[in-house]
Amino acid sequence: MIVNFGRYLILMYRVFSKPEKFRIYFRETIREIENLGLNSIGIVIIISIFIGAVITLQTRYNLESSWIPLYLIGLTARDTILLEFSSTMVGLILAGKVGSNIASEIGHMRITEQIDALEMMGINSASYLILPKMVAAMFFNPFLTVISMVVGIFGGWIAAIVTGALSSADYIYGVQYWFIPFYITYALVKTVVYAFIITSVSAYYGYYVQGGALEVGRASTKGVVYSSILILLTDVILTQLMLA
Amino acid sequence: MIVVENIFKSFGNETVLDDISVTFEKGKTNLIIGRSGSGKTVLMKSIVGLIEVDSGAIYFDGRDFIHMSLKEKQELRKEMGMLFQGAALFDSLTVEENVIFPLQMFTDKSHEEKIERVNFCLKRVNLENVNRLFPAELSGGMKKRVAIARAIVQNPKYLFCDEPNSGLDPKTALVIDDLISEITHEYNITTIVNTHDMNSVMEIGEKVVFIYEGLKCWEGTKDDVLISDNTYLNDFVFASNLAKKIRDLQPKQGN
Ligand SMILES: Nc1ncnc2c1ncn2[C@@H]1O[C@H](COP(=O)(O)OP(=O)(O)OP(=O)(O)O)[C@@H](O)[C@H]1O
Ligand SMILES: [Mg+2]
Repeated sequence: MIVNFGRYLILMYRVFSKPEKFRIYFRETIREIENLGLNSIGIVIIISIFIGAVITLQTRYNLESSWIPLYLIGLTARDTILLEFSSTMVGLILAGKVGSNIASEIGHMRITEQIDALEMMGINSASYLILPKMVAAMFFNPFLTVISMVVGIFGGWIAAIVTGALSSADYIYGVQYWFIPFYITYALVKTVVYAFIITSVSAYYGYYVQGGALEVGRASTKGVVYSSILILLTDVILTQLMLA
Repeated sequence: MIVVENIFKSFGNETVLDDISVTFEKGKTNLIIGRSGSGKTVLMKSIVGLIEVDSGAIYFDGRDFIHMSLKEKQELRKEMGMLFQGAALFDSLTVEENVIFPLQMFTDKSHEEKIERVNFCLKRVNLENVNRLFPAELSGGMKKRVAIARAIVQNPKYLFCDEPNSGLDPKTALVIDDLISEITHEYNITTIVNTHDMNSVMEIGEKVVFIYEGLKCWEGTKDDVLISDNTYLNDFVFASNLAKKIRDLQPKQGN
């Protein structure tokens, strides 16, 4: 545990040392935005639509025949999506998708000596391979979160209309009712921190793989599991810091 | 010239390099030979710093490599070219992008100049019209040759080749051996080649170091190899029936 943390810090120190050639790093970052970011839009949209719908319906059926006004369902759905779903749930999903992708790509490069080949050219392999991924995710994941928010709230609206659980007017009124803009800031701050965790932790497990394909698979699992745990831990800490 | 002094390396309690001292000369092809698992790759990677040795010293033309900072090592590595045993091409890049990679990272030449250099190097390893292919689309031997082109693209002062011709047919192997030898003499660089191929030894072995279970067991030239009375070396050199028959056909020379 302590050894891992020490090695992680050393790796991060290497990652953040001065890049060799800015232009090449920039090009790599753009490539990673496409690879890690744009390619995740689809899954984020699908999941957000359904979860938005489910949150709305569940809230509605839990409040069956109570005296609470129906528009509060819209408010509940909105706040759940803004506060927790679009940042943390999406973060966990990306930890699975992006984290395993990063750990297995870098792990594969390690066992096929491609990382050694980079080092032999006099290139800081840690920085070259990891920094563009971290920058790309920290820059692009907030957009994913915003997309998820919009689509999630939209999903709730669709569910409301299709099932007739509540009227479109009630839902829309609720979504706008007592809106706290700070919730969005809070979600975006969480997203950026999660992006840092996902990319650096999974890169760490990939970078130090020893052995063969089996170990690469294991590293990829470890990357996902530890990123996820750290995301949940960070969620608690940031929530206490920002909302308390 | 690369001087290695008393290096030791163990993995756990298995000693892989046991007090190795050797001088690799400039302008010559220096061969490290030995059986599979004898420690050739570990020795080569230790010399270039990819494996950290437990003790000992390594000098590149007098420059103390082991005590350099990471930055200084990075600078020195720009003077080195290395061919890995498994080629180690970047598999997300095409052949051309692989070979041009070091140039793009470290030089400010125009794109045309870089491409010209890349094509020149690819031609030297007898590869043409493969620029747009990905490593997965190449045969094992072609990958090796691309890796050699990448290793020499920056005109290294020190060239390291880990089994450059394993997996190649005898004729291509010969071409690669001659290429390595030519480059070494043409640019007067220090070349170290790991091999267990006796053909290579006889072809380009200007200096030969024989490693046996992590110990330096013998050193000499290709001409000495055949007439040495070192039993371990003899076992290695005359491992095949063909070699034994040829030896027995020769009239015994005094040794
Ligand atoms: N990272 C490592 N961890 C533990 N042991 C290792 C490691 N790398 C190499 N070894 C051991 O060191 C010994 C020498 O290996 P090395 O790869 O240098 O052999 P080699 O002479 O290059 O063989 P080959 O001709 O098959 O390539 C082997 O016994 C191997 O098991
Ligand atoms: Mg080897």
